[in-house]
Amino acid sequence: MTQALNTFRGGPDEHGHFGMFGGRYVAETLMPLILELEEAYDAAKADPEFHAELRHYLTHYVGRPSPLYLAERLTAELGGAKIYFKRDELNHTGAHKINNCMGQILLAKRMGKKRIIAETGAGQHGVATATVAALFGLPCTIYMGEVDIERQAPNVFRMKLLGAEVKPAKSGSRTLKDAMNEALRDWVTNVEDTFYIIGTVAGPHPYPTLVRDFQCVIGEEVRQQMQEAEGRLPDLLVAAIGGGSNAMGLFHPFLDDPTVKMLAVEAGGHGLDVPNGHAASLTGGRPGVLHGNRTYLLQDDDGQIIEGHSISAGLDYPGIGPEHAWLKDVGRVEYTSATDKEALEAFQLCARTEGILPALEPSHALAAVRKVAPTLPKDTLVVMNLCGRGDKDIFTVAKHLGVQM
Amino acid sequence: MSTQDSGRIAARFAALKAEGRAGLVTFVMAGDPDHNTALAILKGLPGAGADLVELGMPFTDPMADGPAIQAAGLRALGSGARMTRTLELVRAFRAGDQATPLVLMGYYNPIYSYGVERFLTDAREAGVDGLIVVDLPPEEDQELCLPALAAGVNFIRLTTPTTDDKRLPAVLANTSGFVYYVSITGITGAGSATAEAIQAAVDRLRRHTDLPVAVGFGINTPEQAAAVSRIADAAVVGSAIVRHVEQNLDASGRPTAALVPSVLSYVRALADGVRQARG
Repeated sequence: MTQALNTFRGGPDEHGHFGMFGGRYVAETLMPLILELEEAYDAAKADPEFHAELRHYLTHYVGRPSPLYLAERLTAELGGAKIYFKRDELNHTGAHKINNCMGQILLAKRMGKKRIIAETGAGQHGVATATVAALFGLPCTIYMGEVDIERQAPNVFRMKLLGAEVKPAKSGSRTLKDAMNEALRDWVTNVEDTFYIIGTVAGPHPYPTLVRDFQCVIGEEVRQQMQEAEGRLPDLLVAAIGGGSNAMGLFHPFLDDPTVKMLAVEAGGHGLDVPNGHAASLTGGRPGVLHGNRTYLLQDDDGQIIEGHSISAGLDYPGIGPEHAWLKDVGRVEYTSATDKEALEAFQLCARTEGILPALEPSHALAAVRKVAPTLPKDTLVVMNLCGRGDKDIFTVAKHLGVQM
Repeated sequence: MSTQDSGRIAARFAALKAEGRAGLVTFVMAGDPDHNTALAILKGLPGAGADLVELGMPFTDPMADGPAIQAAGLRALGSGARMTRTLELVRAFRAGDQATPLVLMGYYNPIYSYGVERFLTDAREAGVDGLIVVDLPPEEDQELCLPALAAGVNFIRLTTPTTDDKRLPAVLANTSGFVYYVSITGITGAGSATAEAIQAAVDRLRRHTDLPVAVGFGINTPEQAAAVSRIADAAVVGSAIVRHVEQNLDASGRPTAALVPSVLSYVRALADGVRQARG
C-alpha cells in the first residue's frame, strides 16, 4: 500500500506496517494465532452487532461518554490557552484502559476463547482486564513484574479481589517488559484456549491497530463535545505516552485535521541526559525490534534492551507503539518529555486548582500543558487527556514528597 | 540461493545418513558463564559427540525461552558478552574445526542493531553456517532470511505443532540447511512431546520437504534423545545442557573446575544415546 500523504489515518498496510514500523516479529508458534485474531477482528469490525454490544457496555458499564471539562481555575492560573480535560479518569476502574479491554474481551468471547491473560505495569491494565474477565466469567491470569508488584500493592489486591491470578515476572528487570515476555511465554504454551489482551498500541499486528480502534472513542467524543462547547475543533491535543494508547485514542480521529496540533509527552524520569534514567523511547531511543514490532526502543549499542525509569510504573516501558514511531518520523505529532519532578509538580497543581488527583501518567501531560499554555493566546483550545485517576499513586507521591503514611 | 553456502550442514547430514544414524545438535549460550569457559565448552563439543553446534546469541528479552536459557543469556551479558564477542567465539572455534556446522540462534534485535549486511558478512567470514532467529516468521522474510540466503548463510526455520498444512509451504519456502521442528507448544526447557506425536509431525514434514528434520524442545535425557533419533534426522538439546553450566557455578557465579568436564560428559551421554538408538 502506498501511504498517500493526503491521509495520516490509512495505516497500517496489510502486513501491519506503519512506514517501516510495526510488523509481526513473533515465534512461529504464535503466528497462526495472530492471523486468526486478525481475521476475527476484521469480521467483528464489519459486524454491526459487535459494535452495538460494545456500545452497550461502554455506555452502561464503563460510563461513557466521559465529560470534556473546562478547567477554569487552571486556565486562569496558567494565564494563556483555554484548557479542557478529557475526563477518562472517571471511567469505571479509573482509567482509559477499560475502553480497550472491553473491546478485546468481546472479541475473545466471539472467538470462543476460554481463558484471558494480560501483562501489566502499574496495574491499571491488569485491573481493567481482571474486571472484564470477572464481568464475563472467564478465568484470568495477569503477569506483573516482581518490582511492580511491590510498588503497586493496592492494584495487586484489586486484581485478586476481582478473581484474577497475579503471577510475578521474575526474570530480567522484573518490570513491565518482563511481564510482557512472561505473557507471551504463557500464550505460546496455551495456544488453544487463551486470549491475550495486550494493554497498549504495541505488540505484533493486529494489536496496535485494534487497541487504537478501541481507544479512538476518546477522540471521537472530544470532536463532538468540543463542537458542542466551542463550535469548532480543538487547536492542540496533549497526552502522556508510555506505550501510547491513550494518546493514540485521542489523536487518531484528528490526524487528518491539519489545524489540530498534537503533543505527546514521554516519561523523562531523571532527565534524558541521565543514562538509563528515563523511559523516553522516541526522544531518547532508536529503532529496533521487540515484542512483535519494530519501533523506537531504549537499547544499548549492542541491541540489548534497557529497562528505563519513570516515577510512573505505567510509563516505564522501553518501547512505544509503532504508529507513534511513524507519526514522529513523518512529523505529524510532536513528541516531548517531562521529568519525574515536573510530573509531581503538575500532580499537585491539578489537585490544588481543580480538586482532581490525576494519575502520575497524565501528570506528565499536564507538565507539558503547564509549559506551553502560558505561551498561547487565550482563544487557543487545548485538550489534555486526563487518562487516569491518581488514587493509586498517593503512596508514590507521598514518598517523593517526604511524607510518612 | 545466489551465493553458495559453506556446504558444511549438507555434508554433515549426508555423512550421518551414510552412517545410518541421526545427529546430535547441541545448544550452548555464547559467553555463558564467561567468554573463555564458553570457548572451552564450544571447542570440546565435537569431541564429545555433537554433530552440529548451535550457539546462542544472548538477548535481554528471550520471549520464547524458559528459565534455563533466560538465565544463561543474562549470565553471558553480565560477563560482557556482545555480538562482536559472539563472532570471536565462532572464529576461534572455526580455527580448530573446519567440519562441524555451527548455527547461531537467537532473536532479531541484536542482529538488527549490528546491521544486517555487516552481520551477514562478519558471520559468514567467522565461519557461521546458518541462522535460527526465533522472532522472524516467513511474514518478515525480507528482513534477514532473504539477505542471508543471498549471502550464502542458511536460514533454518522453526516449525511448530501450530504450523498447519495451509501454512507449512510458506514456512518451508525459504528454509535451508535443515528444518527445526519445535515438538511442543511452549518455551524451551518445558514439557516433552510423546514419540507418537513427534512421529506424526515428522512424517508430515517429510511429505512437504526433502530437508533433514531436527527435533527439539523438551529433550532432557539420553533416553529421550535416543527416542527422537529413531524418528528424526537429528535431536536438539539445549536447556538440559545449559543447566549443567548453571549447576557448576560457585556461590559468586564463577565457573568451578568441574564445569567444562561436566557439560562435556553430559553431551557424551547424549551422543551415546543418539548413536545407539538405531543399533
